[in-house]
Amino acid sequence: MLEVRDLHVQFHGVDHEAVRGISFTVENGEILGLVGESGSGKTVTAMVISALLGADRAAIRGRIVLDGVDLLSAAGSTIHQVQGKDICVVFQEPMSAMDPVMRIGPQVEECLRLHTKLNKAERRARALQALRDAELQDAEAIYEKYPHELSGGMLQRVMIAAAIISRPKLLLADEPTTALDVTVQAQILALLKRLNEERGMSILFISHNLNVVRKLCRRVAVMEKGRIVETADTEAVFYHPQADYTKRLIAAIPTRRKLHDG
Amino acid sequence: MRYAAKKLAMMLLTMVIVSFLAFLAFQIIPGDPTARLLGADATTESVAALRAELGLDRPFFARYGAWMQGALRGDFGRSYSYAMPVSELLAGKIGITALLTAVSFLLIVLVSLPTGVLLCARERPGLDRAANAVNQIIMAVPPFFTGILMTLVFGLMLRWFVPGSFVSPSEDFWRSTAYLFFPALAIALPRIAMTVKMLRASVRGELDKDYVRTAYSRGNSRWQALYRHVLRNAVVPTVAFLAMAAADLVAGSVVIEQVFSVPGLGRLLLTSIANRDYPVVQAIVVILALWVVLVNGGADLLNQRLDPRLRLS
Repeated sequence: MLEVRDLHVQFHGVDHEAVRGISFTVENGEILGLVGESGSGKTVTAMVISALLGADRAAIRGRIVLDGVDLLSAAGSTIHQVQGKDICVVFQEPMSAMDPVMRIGPQVEECLRLHTKLNKAERRARALQALRDAELQDAEAIYEKYPHELSGGMLQRVMIAAAIISRPKLLLADEPTTALDVTVQAQILALLKRLNEERGMSILFISHNLNVVRKLCRRVAVMEKGRIVETADTEAVFYHPQADYTKRLIAAIPTRRKLHDG
Repeated sequence: MRYAAKKLAMMLLTMVIVSFLAFLAFQIIPGDPTARLLGADATTESVAALRAELGLDRPFFARYGAWMQGALRGDFGRSYSYAMPVSELLAGKIGITALLTAVSFLLIVLVSLPTGVLLCARERPGLDRAANAVNQIIMAVPPFFTGILMTLVFGLMLRWFVPGSFVSPSEDFWRSTAYLFFPALAIALPRIAMTVKMLRASVRGELDKDYVRTAYSRGNSRWQALYRHVLRNAVVPTVAFLAMAAADLVAGSVVIEQVFSVPGLGRLLLTSIANRDYPVVQAIVVILALWVVLVNGGADLLNQRLDPRLRLS
């Protein structure tokens, strides 16, 4: 469904590439994990796929094909049609990712306002449904609230509601649980898993945390310094890592035994 | 409610302090109204008699107390040099300066808000530098000079208006407004430049924020993101700045009324200070302080409407 082929990204004014020729695919209904430490190029990859990083800031080569359409060679107007309709993004910091002076409701509906001809009442109904789908209680009250009146976990659910409202083909989740408490983290992961299973929505899940990826993704691509060093089933990566880098990543996961020994 | 009461108390306190300081200032600066009223060859007896009549022989705090009592009832006393109640004297002038200020403020808002936003609608470094240069120049030229230049070019050369032919707004509102356009523009110009600079910096700062990235990720164009999300966020600091400008405009009108011979509060203030006409000066100072206090209060209210985080529950 999403196919990335030989993607190179080099920021203007920088003498090395942030992404050095990576290739991977996200199948229909799949959650692919993209892991790597900060600076490995995983967020840059997500930014290019969601067209948030363009030619004005970096030289981009390769192909990003979504259902037969190459997004990199497409016109700007096509990109604006894909953004928020076929590809939606959930960011790391829900608090700063939301407009502080706009009520929750209009923010959740924004993709519909931009990409459909639904009227206000229809959009509102869809937004309330999306908030409920994101497992938020009392959607009507939340619809009227401002971001600063909600907790981080609730806001991330709101962001997810806003991202799934237009039923995108692909959800890009860029470290969506990193800024949250561990308990809330688990709830958000469960929510993403449920949405993936019930709707068959493909998810590209980006994280530096292999443990989180293991809970959610059947397949994982491991990135290091702008390259994908390993792509395999998550369990296989865990038990039989091929690349040295993956081995080190796994070794870095704190476990009870290691904590006791240390 | 408690917040409103506190705010109101602060406003009142500000007014009292300002009026006291103005009173004190005239106590300290040299000069006596009687010298003006009686001329140079007045006898010591007649001066003493007039001082007694005006109450100037009483101690400072007694005079301030008496003035305060009157002011609270809306009675600002009689002007020394115009032989009429201060309130009557001011009534005709306030409207003129208010109109001048209003036209000027309208110009600031109508010109600087669209300009500031349009300059950010696209990344154009060349345009940016040009706008910056123009801004610097406009900011550096004082309004009285712009005023003289305008009188020369638009008044004497192009004859768009006749300098000195001011008509009071109560006589012909639109002619009066038309005459005030150039003086209003003269005081507005540097403030327009400052507001544009301020708003542009504010929009720039907002454009880098995460919520703008979110807006783009949903398919907003730059213009849509600016208009729907950035503008309202960016305008909050600008509102406070505009309030300051609005308060400051009245000070600007003091000078520009001289240049364009507009018989407003500003001119009256200057002549009254020269004449040591305390009751008039005191009343004008209080009116100006009230204006500043009201404008700032209004800006607070507006910002609370714009930004929910500033609202207190």
